[in-house]
Amino acid sequence: MQMKTIYTSFEEAVKNIQDGSTIMVGGFGLVGIPENLILALVNSRVKHLTVISNNCGVDDWGLGLLLKNKQIDKMIGSYVGENKEFERQVLAGELEVELTPQGTLAERIRAGGAGIPAFYTPAGVGTPIAEAGEIRVFNDKEYLLQTALKADFSLIRAAVGDDAGNLVYNKTARNFNPMMAAAGKVTIAEVEQLVETGSIDPDHVHTPGIYVQAMIEGKQEKRIERLTVRQEI
Amino acid sequence: MVKQLDKVSVRERIAKRAEQEIESGYYVNLGIGMPTMVANYIQEGKQVVLQSENGLLGIGKSPLETEVDPDLINAGKETVTAQRGASCFSNAESFAMIRGEHLDLAILGGMEVSQTGDLANWMIPGKMIKGMGGAMDIVHGAKKIVVIMDHVNKYNEPKILKKCSLPLTGKQVVNRIITDRAVIDVEKNNLVLVEVAEGWTVEEVLASTEAELRISDYLQTGAY
Repeated sequence: MQMKTIYTSFEEAVKNIQDGSTIMVGGFGLVGIPENLILALVNSRVKHLTVISNNCGVDDWGLGLLLKNKQIDKMIGSYVGENKEFERQVLAGELEVELTPQGTLAERIRAGGAGIPAFYTPAGVGTPIAEAGEIRVFNDKEYLLQTALKADFSLIRAAVGDDAGNLVYNKTARNFNPMMAAAGKVTIAEVEQLVETGSIDPDHVHTPGIYVQAMIEGKQEKRIERLTVRQEI
Repeated sequence: MVKQLDKVSVRERIAKRAEQEIESGYYVNLGIGMPTMVANYIQEGKQVVLQSENGLLGIGKSPLETEVDPDLINAGKETVTAQRGASCFSNAESFAMIRGEHLDLAILGGMEVSQTGDLANWMIPGKMIKGMGGAMDIVHGAKKIVVIMDHVNKYNEPKILKKCSLPLTGKQVVNRIITDRAVIDVEKNNLVLVEVAEGWTVEEVLASTEAELRISDYLQTGAY
């Protein structure tokens, strides 16, 4: 029995994503983003999206493409400085932004997938993000209440996936992907390599298959934002 | 003449002094920009594990052109390598590690630091807000928070103030400030001048600092 939907067309994979959906998109910078699922969303012309992702791509790649097409109404992330169009849309009032400290963002998503509605964190106490927030003191230290995040769809990327939905990530391409897998009502995993069930050692699985509803194999371009190399001496 | 150091030498001086904060055996997070440079000055023989908040413990050297892996970057999105014994994990794990105070030291850049150790380093009102990234979490994480920055801004105005004028990144979080002119410790809401850099006098440091400085009994001059 095949437990997961395995798509062969990216267009097909994103067709249930409706206008006004909240979507989580994995990746840190351009590393670990589901490249082809994002491209398919651009082509689908779905609108009024709320996007939860650490960054918003660059002007001509990743989530920057959705932004350029004006498909995003609201963005929840921690750092959006790599994108000029982002700045233009915010200043023009076309795009709503909710900036969240990176660790808080990761934990809000983790909490969303783990059945924790809210939690207290020290991050942000005494800063502008705590102005309307609820502060509570534990052991003489102040903490800020933060609520969990969930999504209608999570679009994530892994290096390897099997038919049972188990995923393995490569190096720092893991980033937000595992928490998003759990926090999405429907999680679609774009994998670089789809393998037969049983070929991943259970001890090596990073994301257990229970969190994944659908999968698709996709070739990645893996653009590098800041190539930094050392010279051979 | 030391005071005419160009920008590059100033940064190098600060980075080299900051390196002395790192002890062998430490787990360290280095912020984006000048703090990342500190890694280039880590003395041979020191065993140090650098943490990158995007999910890497054990940042290695920059890769050779033939070694570049697009899936392996630091928090500044630069390609890196993983050193022997490194580990990779999610951002949730990474910040659990940070908030849980498992790191020995974090070195961050700063725009302003106050008398009480408040740090402002993420936004300037009226300018585009790019986001705080991981800074607001990291200032509450490591056992010791060191801020490295120029002593004054480009208008020659102090950056170490009675009270920060910019929106904060964290309240009462800084333990030590290292600038091109001095090393200053934050002790119980007081700033203590512990070192003065070569080419500067105590009077010059006091005059270019708005916050009140107590001079340490163990003050070192010409320290670095």
